[in-house]
Amino acid sequence: MGSNSLYGPLDPAPDAGYPDAPPRMGFFTDTSVCIGCKACEVACKEWNAIPEDGFNLLGQSYDNTGGLTANSWRHVAFIEQPGSSAAGSSAAQTAMVASTTQPQTGTAPGIPPAIDALAAAGTAGPQFLGMPQSDLPGRTADAPRTDFRWLMMSNVCKHCTHAGCLDVCPTGALFRSEFGTVVVQEDICNGCGYCIPACPYGVIDRREEDGRAWKCTLCYDRIGDGLTPACAQACPTQSIQYGELDELRTRAAARVESLQAQGESSARLYGHSEDDGVGGDGAFFLLLDEPEVYGLPPDPVVTTKDLPDMWKRAGLAALVMAASVAVSFLGRRP
Amino acid sequence: MAEAHPVGFQWVVEAKNRGAKVIHVDPRFTRTSALAHTYVPVRAGADIAFLGGIVNYILSNEKDFREYVLAYTNASSIVSDDFQDTEDLDGLFSGFNDETKAYDESSWMYAGHEEHGRGHGDSHTDRETASAQQHESHGAPLPADVRRDPTLQDPRCVYQILKRHYRRYTPEVVEQLCGVPADKFLEVCEAWTANSGRERTTALVYSVGWTQHSVGVQYIRTGAIIQLLLGNMGRPGGGVLALRGHASIQGSTDIPTLFNLLPGYLPMPHHEKHETFDQWIDDIRHPGQKGFWANAEAYAVSLLKAYFGEGATAENHWGYDWLPRLTGDHGTYRQALDMIDGKIKGYFLLGQNPAVGSAHGRAQRLGMANLDWLVVRDLYMIESATFWKNGPEVATGEITPETCRTEVFLFPAASHAEKEGTFTQTQRLLQWREKAVEPPGDARSDLWFFYHLGKRIRARLASSILKRDQPIKNLTWEYGGYEPSGEAVLQEINGFDLTTGKPLSSFNEMKADGTTSGGCWIYTGVFADGVNQAARRKPGNEQNWVAPEWGWAWPANRRTLYNRASADPDGNPWSERKAYVWWDAGKGEWTGADVPDFEKKKPPSYRPPEGASGVDAISGDDAFIMQGDGKGWLFVPSGLIDGPMPTHYEPAESIVRNPLYGQQANPTRKVYDRTDNLTNPSPPQKHSEVFPYVFSTSRLTEHHTAGGMSRQLAYLSELQPEMFVEVSPALAAERGLEHLGWAHIVTARAAIEAKVLVTERLTPLRLEGRIIHQIWLPYHWGSEGLVTGDSANDLIGITLDPNVLIQESKVGTCDIQPGRRPTGKPLLAYVAEYQRRAGLLPGKDADGQQ
Repeated sequence: MGSNSLYGPLDPAPDAGYPDAPPRMGFFTDTSVCIGCKACEVACKEWNAIPEDGFNLLGQSYDNTGGLTANSWRHVAFIEQPGSSAAGSSAAQTAMVASTTQPQTGTAPGIPPAIDALAAAGTAGPQFLGMPQSDLPGRTADAPRTDFRWLMMSNVCKHCTHAGCLDVCPTGALFRSEFGTVVVQEDICNGCGYCIPACPYGVIDRREEDGRAWKCTLCYDRIGDGLTPACAQACPTQSIQYGELDELRTRAAARVESLQAQGESSARLYGHSEDDGVGGDGAFFLLLDEPEVYGLPPDPVVTTKDLPDMWKRAGLAALVMAASVAVSFLGRRP
Repeated sequence: MAEAHPVGFQWVVEAKNRGAKVIHVDPRFTRTSALAHTYVPVRAGADIAFLGGIVNYILSNEKDFREYVLAYTNASSIVSDDFQDTEDLDGLFSGFNDETKAYDESSWMYAGHEEHGRGHGDSHTDRETASAQQHESHGAPLPADVRRDPTLQDPRCVYQILKRHYRRYTPEVVEQLCGVPADKFLEVCEAWTANSGRERTTALVYSVGWTQHSVGVQYIRTGAIIQLLLGNMGRPGGGVLALRGHASIQGSTDIPTLFNLLPGYLPMPHHEKHETFDQWIDDIRHPGQKGFWANAEAYAVSLLKAYFGEGATAENHWGYDWLPRLTGDHGTYRQALDMIDGKIKGYFLLGQNPAVGSAHGRAQRLGMANLDWLVVRDLYMIESATFWKNGPEVATGEITPETCRTEVFLFPAASHAEKEGTFTQTQRLLQWREKAVEPPGDARSDLWFFYHLGKRIRARLASSILKRDQPIKNLTWEYGGYEPSGEAVLQEINGFDLTTGKPLSSFNEMKADGTTSGGCWIYTGVFADGVNQAARRKPGNEQNWVAPEWGWAWPANRRTLYNRASADPDGNPWSERKAYVWWDAGKGEWTGADVPDFEKKKPPSYRPPEGASGVDAISGDDAFIMQGDGKGWLFVPSGLIDGPMPTHYEPAESIVRNPLYGQQANPTRKVYDRTDNLTNPSPPQKHSEVFPYVFSTSRLTEHHTAGGMSRQLAYLSELQPEMFVEVSPALAAERGLEHLGWAHIVTARAAIEAKVLVTERLTPLRLEGRIIHQIWLPYHWGSEGLVTGDSANDLIGITLDPNVLIQESKVGTCDIQPGRRPTGKPLLAYVAEYQRRAGLLPGKDADGQQ
């Protein structure tokens, strides 16, 4: 086990024991060219034979999926941002008050719904309409916008360098693939559900019908054969790009630079840095606003970050306990 | 485009990434607007004012590409002294006949040729038969010798007439009419003109948001005028591109599923105008006219040889008398009304779902409920097969399943992946596709169905001596064994030299003596050398940038029409950057990246001798070779029912008075004035306030048209699970509509209900000092499938464009109220009450007085 095995920069596949691991593969999702067509959602479901997720009109703009769940491994978020002139109009407020809908996730009863960060962002206030209001992050007074914006983003499992879900899985159902991705094996998962609170993004989720945990596999059964994952293959505008992570990071940096040169000053990357709380994401994003606007946690940290410390302390405690037990026995004279 | 054509939109994204500026003009903020640099909200139904404003901007600032305009358009042509403009006649052009609501077009003609103009009687007949559709491949007939003023100073020249016509379409008027702020409008004008000229070209992409209006053809005409003035036609990166509503809609007009056309835009014979073969041919080729239509007889004879084979002989005029004859309007909407009236007994529906997808759904369903038999071929049990037991009229008691007389036969059909064939897309590119999987169960292709239906009918008629059965008996009908071959059909379309049995390679090889056949002359060459050219798939990086070896484009594998215009009058490219097709003086021929749209060896300096006709009369700088005068038409002297230049008319249903003219709406629009097809009142009529809002309908990315291919699929249905209506926050406040609550929408035809989405993507427009609210509805839902709901098309009445008989379904007026609509018989009473208040019930005014 390397010194960075639980936190910090790392190439996960060799660390997991693949001696000749192929390059780490991942997704770069460029939201600046997403047209919200949801072809990724459909292609993912077709390839992976995922059940439908219910026919529910959610009223969150054009998002009727609600979030990443056991039955939706890609999720396109739609964020309507009024221009500053329109924000706060009394009519808008009146209409917004009308909405109290919250999305239902596929989680089994008794287990709290997966913490879908997007839904959480959306339902933070009681008036959420699928169109974030003027007080959401990212719209600061020093960078006001006059134009209405409609942001779209295809969200997916991040395939973290340090994956909390994998670290806590007691059965080995979750494993690190040779491509550096994180995959659940449905025939091994026993449905314990430990992985669900372990994910800092609220991605992995249990399916109501069978109790097992499901999430994006980065199409493990395609990429091994040299195929592109279904979502990236279906994306008409190359918003979802699949490839070697190093190359994607270079491509993404150039894209941000070119967007900023075109005046898109709010363009930024999310999940690209090895120095973030999860050691960098295998699936990272180009965003046009603060992560919170899209329902992404601004500073995710792997939940098992402190595991070594905890183990050390637990070990120490155990030693102390053992010693005291020994001492108590030793102290006896028959 | 991103909403309805997401796959095609990838190229817009690609262009944007390379620095192109994307402008989106639309009544509502869509997924396309989200990716555009500039979004321009516009009032639905006011596009001619918007585009006319751009024409005015170009002309008053002299931003036109003058050399191009002089050489290749009819700007310098002199129009008859008798012509009077809508500016002179308060919204009418000269020649209007109030009785037939049609124009005598002789005053629109070029000076000295007035006798060639179409009279109002002919114009009326042509409206009934939508004859303007013939012009998809060529202009209307016209004499070759036209007087011109190359200085463009003559007040009767097209340039000056155009300038006067659009003079009042100022940015201020555009703002007042369209609700577009003047600065945003000027931004569009500047972007468009700055990106046109020698070095740059601009493409114009439109879709049914332009076509489905009572002035739909004139919308596109206005776009075409701009593109001609800016020199964007016949050049790379230019053009006017129609995005079609389905795969191969272009193909279904080339090989038409229309009542008024034969393949290759040959007119369906009319019982009075085309009694004899010679009358028919002369009406197409117009003896003495210049251009390629002079060979029309060869195309027509080859078609009849393809239809009737050995049976078509010189003695029987190639079987001309076996062709059916038009007697008037047999368009799809006339048919629906004729069904209601009991004039039509049987009906075939092939992949079409009029109960949901056609305007005035109630008329469609009531019509189909009054047939003897109905054959529906579709992938699923669609609404048009179950209207008699599950349609909305069953609930209202207008259709009783037990007594509904229509016998419905549902045949399971093969989908596009389950059969072979071609798609023809908007660039006229034919792409062959293979069968990927066998169709499930009893599902069969349409080709299989009609092949075997034909065989059975022919077997039944084998011994018939009745005259009416001769056409069927004489048809050539061999396309393979049990499973007919799509390639055999494509070969028949391509045509053969009947003396050698070899496939033709060009329509220039067609002959009028019966020695050639060909099912669609413009497609000849698709099987050149016996090879299925449409199946070619050479990668782009292995050929030149025009990629001529990917699929096959009509005509003659030419990718850009009229590409002679990509070179200047002397035959040199306008610029290095935009070089495309040019004259190689050394070799003495036209050359370039594409197939030149010109006689290969005719030099730019060629001038026709006195009295020349046909192809010989085309001058070396007549780039628009299929036009009667060889020029692109800024002004249409003949061929359009509603005027030589586009003029702003309000939609048939509008909440505002036409601010420009006394004439409110298109005076020649096709109306069906019946009690079951009422039209909401518009100013200056009384009671227009009963329907105070504008509505428009269109598609969602997640569904396909009437839902037959998407509402049956869980993965698509879950993405947009319910019928909804989009309203602005301001309108929601005005009407008390709650987000995700119910609302119902009412017109003189119907009341439908939907969930409310309140969104700032819809913006109220300020117009004439008042606020105009626009409402938007998707039209995908019906009573069958995994997700069901009311149909937006039930709201729409039948009013048609006079040129091509397309319905006005992109704009109408309505009321919207919170809560669900009534059900059962009270629904009829509820709508009737609106009709009464609007003064639409016969013999009564709105106060109920007799």
